[in-house]
Amino acid sequence: MHSTLSSLVAILLLINLVALGSSRIGTVVRAVALQGVVLGALALAAHGELSYRVLALALGSAALKGWAIPVVLFRALRQVAIKREVEPSLGLLPSLLLGAAATVLAIVASSALPLAETELAPLLVPASFATVAAGFILLTTRRKAINQVLGFILLENGIFVFGLLLVEAMPFLVEAGVLLDLFVGIFVFSIIIHHINREFASLDTRRLSLLKE
Amino acid sequence: MVSLSPILLPLVMAVVVFFTPSKRWRPRLLAATAVAHFALTVALLSQPAGPVTSGWLRLDAPGRLLLGLVSLLFLCCAVYSVGYLRYRVERANRRFCACLLVALGTMSLVAYSQHFGLLWVSMEATTLATAPLIYFNRTPRSIEATWKYLMLSSVGLAMALFGSFFLGYAALLGGGEASLLFSDLLVGAEALSKPWLRAGFALLLVGYGTKLGLAPMHTWKPDAYGEAPGVVGAVLAGGLTSCAFLALARLTQVAGAAGEGDYANRLLVLIGIGSMGVAGALLLGQRDLKRMLAYSSVEQMGILALAAGLGAGAGFAAMLHMVNNALAKGALFLAVGNVHRAFGSKTIDTVRGALTRLPVSGTLFLLAFFAVTGSPPFGLFASELLILKEIFAGGRYVLGGFFLAFLFLAFAGMGSTTLTALQGRPPRSARDSNYRDRFATVAPPLLLLGIVLLFGLWLPDPIRALVSDAAAALEVGR
Amino acid sequence: MIETVLQVAAFLGLSPLLLGIINRVKAIAAGRRGPSLFQPYFDLRKLAAKELVLSEVTSWIFVAAPVVAVVSTVLAGLMIPLGSFDSPVSFEGDFVVFAYLLALGRFFTAAAALDTGSPFEGMGAAREVGFAWLTEPALFFAFLVLSRLSGSLSFDQMLHATEDGAWAQRTAPLVLTAAGLFIVLLAECSRIPVDDPNTHLELTMIHEVMVLDHSGPLLGLIEYATALKLWVLAAMLLHVVAPTASVGGWIGFGLFLAGLVTVAVVIGVVESSMARLRLLHVPTLLIAAALSCGFAFLLLHR
Repeated sequence: MHSTLSSLVAILLLINLVALGSSRIGTVVRAVALQGVVLGALALAAHGELSYRVLALALGSAALKGWAIPVVLFRALRQVAIKREVEPSLGLLPSLLLGAAATVLAIVASSALPLAETELAPLLVPASFATVAAGFILLTTRRKAINQVLGFILLENGIFVFGLLLVEAMPFLVEAGVLLDLFVGIFVFSIIIHHINREFASLDTRRLSLLKE
Repeated sequence: MVSLSPILLPLVMAVVVFFTPSKRWRPRLLAATAVAHFALTVALLSQPAGPVTSGWLRLDAPGRLLLGLVSLLFLCCAVYSVGYLRYRVERANRRFCACLLVALGTMSLVAYSQHFGLLWVSMEATTLATAPLIYFNRTPRSIEATWKYLMLSSVGLAMALFGSFFLGYAALLGGGEASLLFSDLLVGAEALSKPWLRAGFALLLVGYGTKLGLAPMHTWKPDAYGEAPGVVGAVLAGGLTSCAFLALARLTQVAGAAGEGDYANRLLVLIGIGSMGVAGALLLGQRDLKRMLAYSSVEQMGILALAAGLGAGAGFAAMLHMVNNALAKGALFLAVGNVHRAFGSKTIDTVRGALTRLPVSGTLFLLAFFAVTGSPPFGLFASELLILKEIFAGGRYVLGGFFLAFLFLAFAGMGSTTLTALQGRPPRSARDSNYRDRFATVAPPLLLLGIVLLFGLWLPDPIRALVSDAAAALEVGR
Repeated sequence: MIETVLQVAAFLGLSPLLLGIINRVKAIAAGRRGPSLFQPYFDLRKLAAKELVLSEVTSWIFVAAPVVAVVSTVLAGLMIPLGSFDSPVSFEGDFVVFAYLLALGRFFTAAAALDTGSPFEGMGAAREVGFAWLTEPALFFAFLVLSRLSGSLSFDQMLHATEDGAWAQRTAPLVLTAAGLFIVLLAECSRIPVDDPNTHLELTMIHEVMVLDHSGPLLGLIEYATALKLWVLAAMLLHVVAPTASVGGWIGFGLFLAGLVTVAVVIGVVESSMARLRLLHVPTLLIAAALSCGFAFLLLHR
């Protein structure tokens, strides 16, 4: 069990690097989708005995993040017919290094906080922090609206990993509500991306500067 | 099921409205739903609060107050919408009406939430429901505002979810069951793991603080409030912020019960007075009326955060201020919405002589300005005075000094902009525009303002009970 | 003794086969039948029989480079054990020599490229050396991980350390190391997405452009060296991802060879499913490899 879990965590971290370092939006979307599936597997692996709840949660999140959200994002990409390059405001390499530094910090930070005496926590907590940090980096260093959405999903994925530590605390409906909110959120984002592209003829969020003091 | 009807009714009606083919009937259905919701709420609130059971969906005293407040505010906004949409026939109103109703349903859900996870779900849902409302006008500016609103709020709320999980983990380490129910957290508060609690509190403060619009997370607010229709501004500034404040108050209670009250209060006071300062500075020389209202909202949220950080004594004042602010902001946004309609502009470069052009709405605007800035005899004066009294009672004279200075700054800034807009001769374009004050667009702000005035002069007993029950339920150490 | 002989024989004899497999997989993925699996052998035989053409401006380095490349790669390969057998050559700290032997081969190839005086070949040499500089951190971090796992400084134990239940304990670091090593493998052996072995445009070439002026037996030696390098690195990767301790002896050896075939198939699949990266983005990939191995080391230390 432990080895499955830790290899999934390692894959999670690798996907963060892919998302930070790749130059094509399509690749980032696929990476994030794959991460969604990995999260589903992680949810299964994190809970020794299979209950319907865990199964539903894992399948739900894998289907949502691995299939539904990428479909919405690819549709948005097609609609706006933009250039497929990422166009970061901070270079790919610096953001990759930043992500690496954040991962190291995440590992250090999680060893500074008290953790429960289980196998899960020492693996999941740093992974969660690192993914959240990677999401933040993606969110703040990319210019195109769709990349910022991808950063947001990465951020949510990181939080989801932490949530695996306390499945007991979350009623199933609440868990489902979190996933539903995420999906609707991405859906609304994709609609607005469409409008941004129509009104500003670009997805570059630097153009969103009409409103200021 | 009956007790959950304030949540379900608007959601069901949202679907009905969405599939109603008639453009004229949708606003009417909206208003009818608001009336029914208000009637239900009044019926619910007139019964004494039920026995305290544990469950994650339940109406406790603070929830009752919030539900009543939201329902009243929404009623006014819905009636106003009927009048407003009559002037906006060129725009499709299907999404507008449906999203307003979803917003009402999810705000009611916030009032019912007894669980940090559910609270987060409903707060995020309110954000998503209101985002399409902001780009009702479909201008590039409104789309930009929506993007910023959605992005910042979503990221902020993601932090809040992270913080909620931290709280759960703190409970797990405390040896108890990992539960995010408010009641469980309060009971087991002593045992919560302190580092996780502190980190969780900070994240939740950032998260719900973003929704409140506390500086430095306020940047979406002027854009969103500025570009949204006035009625949406009223719902956002009166309803959503109150929801977020309740979340913050519940969080503060947990932190206090865990013995981390000093830490929490320090952060709250700091961020509160900081927001007041930032808002005060940005209100000076503000030329855009709606952006002015947004900064005024930032300032009021600062006052609320500050009050929440003052400890038990200020609980009543904080709750009362939340109510007063929501109602006064509602009146102000609706009145300014009328001015915007009549002048086709919201900057004081164009808006002049609003009192001449719109005698009723202009007067309402003036009075609401006085109410919001805390002038006597309006309710905000009373609640701000109570907060100030609490500050001085704690011997924090420097803080009190800053509080007063920032209030004055806000008054001066808003005053100069407001008076410029109200006085003088209206431009020709405004005199020819087709907007006229009608019952539906004037009565709601008038009603809200009347209530604020009433609360300033005399607080009716049932209302006082509602507010003080809410404050008592949120008191630390209960 | 017989084990050593067989290991060396397999290494020297079978490594071109891996190239054949990769090309076959790529052909099948593209919907063609593709050349025979033994095409690399035919190519080598053809090149060996050809006349040697030497430019007037070149010096002895130009001739020495292919020989050095083959010899250094063979020596490096002797340090890598196959299956659960002991490696033919083993001593404390051999992994450092290993890295330097690979670098030596590269140094001579690059020097030979410069020796021709052609601007294109100089450009290729610059690129090759520049990227090699970025793969080395990844390689050394991987060595550190393995060394830390085994508590040894010799490949013999380092590569077998993953077999004693280490996977169960240390999965995350090993997965990260394997990912890093795979990228190193692709970069060192000039495969897609770093380099395209089949490219025909000088401007986009890295490795191929360096050897444009080599012909006949010399070119054959260079191609043979490439095949050997692929074998060596694939074997190292295979030790990390697929421990063979449970099946020792000759069966393990057979399984190991099968594993090498699998690695070749995976490389073929990767090559057919990806486009070559823009040169600008190659360093990003290589640094990601280094970071991945670096994380692994960090996780191990926690």
